Amino acid sequence: MSAVSTQQVNRLSGGLVDRGQPLSFRFDGQSYQGCSGDTLASALMANGVRLMGRSFKYHRPRGLLSAGSEEPNALVELRTGGRQEPNTRATVAELYDGLDARSQNRWPSLERDMMAINDRFANFLTAGFYYKTFMWPKAFWEKLYEPIIRKAAGLGRLTGDADPDAYDKGFLHCDLLVVGAGPAGLAAALTAGRAGARVILADEDFLLGGRLLSEAQPLADIAGADWAGQVQAELAVMGNVRILPRTTVFGAYDHGIYGAVERNADHVAAPDAGKPRQTLWRIYSKRAIIATGAIERPIAFENNDRPGIMLAGAVRSFANRWAATPASSVVIFANNDDAHQTARDLQAKGVDVPAVVDVRPDAPEIPGIELLAGAQIVETAGRLGLRSVTVRMANGKTRIIPCGALAMSGGWNPNLGLTCHQRGRPVWDGDLHAFVPGQDLPVGQHVAGAAMGAMSTDAALRSGAEQAGEALADLGFTVPAPELPKAEDAPVSLTPFWHVQGAKRAWLDFQNDVTVKDVKLAHQENFTAVEHLKRYTTLGMATDQGKTSNVGALAVMAELTGKSIPQTGTTIFRPPYTPVAMGALAGRAVGKDFHPTRLTPSHAWAEEQGAVFVEVGNWLRAQWFPKPGETHWRQSVDREVQQTRRSVGICDVTTLGKIDVQGADAAAFLNMMYANGFAKLPVGKVRYGLMLREDGVAYDDGTAARLAEDHFVVTTTTANAVLVYRNMEFVRQCLCPDMDVQLISTTEAWAQYAVAGPNARKLLQKIVDPEFDISNDAFPFMACGEITVCGGCRARLFRISFSGELAYEIAVPTRYGDALMREMMAAGEAFDVTPYGTEALGVMRIEKGHAAGNELNGTTTALNLGLGRMVSGKKDCIGNVLSRREGMNTDDALRLVGLKPVTPAQSLPAGGHLMAASGPVDAAHDQGYVTSAAYSPTLGTAIGLGFVKGGAERLGEQLRLVNPLEKQEMLVEIVSAHFVDPEGEKLRA
Amino acid sequence: MIINHPLLGPRDAQEFTYLGDAGLMNRPYWLSETALQQFHDYLYLRENPAGEHRELWFHEQGDRSWLVVTRNTVTHEILKVELARDVALAQKAANLVQEPSQ
Repeated sequence: MSAVSTQQVNRLSGGLVDRGQPLSFRFDGQSYQGCSGDTLASALMANGVRLMGRSFKYHRPRGLLSAGSEEPNALVELRTGGRQEPNTRATVAELYDGLDARSQNRWPSLERDMMAINDRFANFLTAGFYYKTFMWPKAFWEKLYEPIIRKAAGLGRLTGDADPDAYDKGFLHCDLLVVGAGPAGLAAALTAGRAGARVILADEDFLLGGRLLSEAQPLADIAGADWAGQVQAELAVMGNVRILPRTTVFGAYDHGIYGAVERNADHVAAPDAGKPRQTLWRIYSKRAIIATGAIERPIAFENNDRPGIMLAGAVRSFANRWAATPASSVVIFANNDDAHQTARDLQAKGVDVPAVVDVRPDAPEIPGIELLAGAQIVETAGRLGLRSVTVRMANGKTRIIPCGALAMSGGWNPNLGLTCHQRGRPVWDGDLHAFVPGQDLPVGQHVAGAAMGAMSTDAALRSGAEQAGEALADLGFTVPAPELPKAEDAPVSLTPFWHVQGAKRAWLDFQNDVTVKDVKLAHQENFTAVEHLKRYTTLGMATDQGKTSNVGALAVMAELTGKSIPQTGTTIFRPPYTPVAMGALAGRAVGKDFHPTRLTPSHAWAEEQGAVFVEVGNWLRAQWFPKPGETHWRQSVDREVQQTRRSVGICDVTTLGKIDVQGADAAAFLNMMYANGFAKLPVGKVRYGLMLREDGVAYDDGTAARLAEDHFVVTTTTANAVLVYRNMEFVRQCLCPDMDVQLISTTEAWAQYAVAGPNARKLLQKIVDPEFDISNDAFPFMACGEITVCGGCRARLFRISFSGELAYEIAVPTRYGDALMREMMAAGEAFDVTPYGTEALGVMRIEKGHAAGNELNGTTTALNLGLGRMVSGKKDCIGNVLSRREGMNTDDALRLVGLKPVTPAQSLPAGGHLMAASGPVDAAHDQGYVTSAAYSPTLGTAIGLGFVKGGAERLGEQLRLVNPLEKQEMLVEIVSAHFVDPEGEKLRA
Repeated sequence: MIINHPLLGPRDAQEFTYLGDAGLMNRPYWLSETALQQFHDYLYLRENPAGEHRELWFHEQGDRSWLVVTRNTVTHEILKVELARDVALAQKAANLVQEPSQ
C-alpha cells in the first residue's frame, strides 16, 4: 500500500504539463507523482486511479465525471490539521508538491465501504424515503432518526482545529468585468483592453484559455493554448487591464456588483507569511460580460455511474491539456458530432477507441474508428472501475465491448448560472436543444460565447468581441474590432437523447444519487412541477447544484408528462456559483477582530490596577478592581460601594454617548426629542431627560447640560448612543428642517469620570483650578460649567449623581483622560479614594432606585417607570401623542417599586415573576417581575427593583417571587425603590 | 446596491442604515382633533409595495445625511435620490401655501 508509485501508466504525450517539474503527492495514504500543471484529478488519472469517491446516498464507487468545477463525484479532503478542507473537487485542486488528499464519505476504506450496503437497499431508499419512513412515532425524529441519518449522510469532515490562515477582502472597480477567459472572454478582454477601458478578466482556472486549452484544433495556424498565451501577454502589460486567474466570480448582485473569490494560495502548501489564502473581491462593474462557456450533459443509462464513465469533453480535456487518459481503451457514447472529436483526439494520442456508439442512425462516419450508429449502451460492468459496456445495436442484437472508460455526451448546456442571479429565466433554444440566457439579465450584463449559445470556437471569439464592443459603446468608448484568427466553426449537430429506455438504475444527479426511476416516482406521486421535482428527489441540491443534472432530469419529466421541455420549465440558479469558504466570507473579521474593540482613554491605567473588564457593546469597561486578598468578585464590589459611600470613588463613564447640540433652536429641538421640557432650563444647569419612541414606549434616558443659550451637551446610555444620534438626525433633517440646530457626536472627544461620595468635592477642589468656585453655594446640585483643571486643562464639570451621593461628572479632552485619572487618584489618596467598576455602579443605582437598561427594556412607559409626570402636555415631542393611548394608561399598570426578601439572607433572582402570597402560579395571576437585583452592602441585604401592578400603592405588601426554571420561590416585600437617602439630602450636600 | 448620494456621489448601500417608507416624514400635528388616529396610521400603516417606493436611508457610515431614495423594490433599480432635508423643506413650503392659517 505505501510503496511509491512512480508509474504514470495513463500519461500520454504532449499536453500543458511540465514533465521537468515532477510533484509528489498522496491520496489515501498512497504516494504518487504528477507534474506541474496537473490538477489532483489529472495526476490521479495519469497514475491509473479511477476510483476517487463514494456517492452521497448509496455510497456507490465513483470516479471523475468532469474536468472542471461542475464535478459531482470526485470530492476529496485536502491537507491536514487546521488547513484540512473537505468537499473540494479534485478537478479544480491544483497539484503542488506534498499535497495530501483523502477520499471521503467511506469507511473503513474507499475500496471497502461498509455503508455501500445502502446500495443493496436501493429499492427502499427511493425519493421521498425520509419523508415517508421517519414520520412515526413523532418523538423519534429528534432523538433517534435524525442523529442516525446525520451520521450516515454527509460528505467530508471539518477539522476541529482553527484555520491558521488569513483571508482578505477587497474592492475593485472597472468599466468591464469579463467572467471567463475562454475564447469569448479573451476576445472581449482584448477588445476592451485595446479600447482603453478599465477591464477585469477573471477565470476560475489557473491558466487562461478555457476550452482552448482542451482542444487540439488550431486557431488559424496557431495552437489554441498559444493564442491564449499571446493574448494574455498583451493584456498583462496593459495598465488598464487586471487579470485575475484562480478567481471564481460566484455571484451577480445589484447594480453591476459581482462577488468573486481569488484563491491566492490554495496551490501551495501554505501561504507566504503575511499573505492571505483567499481574497473575497467585491467588483463594481459598469458592464459585465459573462463568458463562462458550456457544461456537457451526461446520458442516463443502466449503471452509468461507474468509475471510468465520464463526459466526452472532459476526456478530451484530460487527453489534450493534461496528457492523461482514464484507460488505455475508451468507448464513446453520444448523440452529437462534438463527441466524435474526442474519439479522433484519443486515437491521435494513441489511445484505443474500440467503438463510437451514437444513438443517431445517420451519425457521420469517423475514419479509422468503428461507428455503431443507431446503437445505445444498455449496461455496464465493473464494480470499482469500468470493465465493459453492453451495446444494443441498431439491429437489436447486443454486443459486449471491453473497455476501461466510456466518454459520453448528451450535448452541451450554456453555463448560464450568473445570468439567473437576479431571477433571470433561461429560455429554450430549439436549435441547440438547450436553455440559453433570457432577455431579463442583471443590469449591465452581457453574455458571450458558448454561455449564450455561440458553440463553435469561431462564434465564441466573434461574440466576445461583439459584446465587448456593444457594452463599451454604451459607455462612450470608441471600439475598433480586433483581428481575430479563423477558428473551428462546426454547427451544432445533435439529436436530443436523454435516457436509455428500460433502464432500472440510470443516474441523472450523480452527487445526490437521483435516478430516472426517482423522477418517475415523483411524477407518479404528482410532484411534476420542476420546483417540486427538485425538492422531492433532492435533484440539483448537492454541492454541485445540479450543473450536470438539472436539464436531463427535467427532460425526463417533460417526457413523462407529455409536455415540451420549455413547457416544463427550469429551475434557476442562485449564488454562489461554486461553494465559497466561510473563511473567505468572514475575511479578517474573526476572533477578536469580529467587531472593533473600543477602549476608554484610561484603559491602560485600569489594566495596571488589575481591573476585570466586561464587554459593553464594543467597549471594554472595568467591571471591578480586585485588591490583593480579594478572592470573590462580591468582596471587591462590596468594598467599592462602601468606600464610595463612606468617602469617595471614581468611575470611568466615558462610554456614555455624548452629543453636542448647538444653534438658536437647540432648546426647541431638545423639547422635541425629550418627553420633558428643556426650553426653560437656565444656562449652567443640567436636567435629566427621558426619550420615548414614537409609539410612546420609553427607550433612553440621560442628561442635557446647557452650556450656553444655544449650546447643550446631551448624554445617552452607552447602549443607545448610536440609535439616539440617528433618531436626533432624523428629527432634525426630516421633521424639523427649518430649525437652526446642528448636531455632532462627541462620545470619542471627551473622557468622562464620575466622582462620587461625601468627599467628592474635597477631592475635586484639589484638581479644579482655584479660580473656579465649586462650593455647594456656587455650584449646587445639577449645576454645570466649563472650567479648567490641573493648571489650565480645559474641562467640563456636571454636578449630577447616579449613585445618590454627592457626585460630579468631570470631562476632559480624550487625550488627557489617562492623566486626569492618575491625578485624581493621587489627589484622592488622602481620602482613601477607590476606583469602582460597572458592578458597583449598578449596585449603587439600584440602592438609589434609578432606572437603567433593565427597566428601560423596550416594553415600559414613562408611567411604568414612575416618570409619568415628566411627559409634558404643553408641547409636542416624539412619542407624546401615542403615550396617551388608553391601553397604556390603566390604573393597574405596572409601576416601578423596590423589593426586599422577607428572609434577609436570601438573594433575589432577576427575571423572576411576582405572584400573590398564595394561590396559583401562572401567567393569568402574574403581578409583575423583577428587573434588577443585587446585594446591597449598605443595607446588608439583597434588594431589587421590579414592576408590580398598582406599584407604590401596595408598599408593605408581601408577594411570592417565583422562578419556575430553577424551582425557586420566596416571599418578598414591596418597598420604596429609594433604598438609600430617599429625601436626596446627600446629593444636595 | 449603489446609492447615488446627492452630495457625495455613488456610495455602497453598506454605508447606509435603512428605515423604510418615507411617509414617516409626514408626521401629523399633535393637537389635531384626530391626532391619536392620525399618529396610529402614521406609525403603523406604512407603505411596503412591490414596485416603486420612496424610502428613507441614513448615511450612518458617511456624512449622516438622511436621504429619500426612490427605489423599485422588485428590481432594486434606484430612480431618484434626494436629501431628506430638502424634501422636508419643500413639503413645509407647500403646506404653508395650502394652509396659510397653520
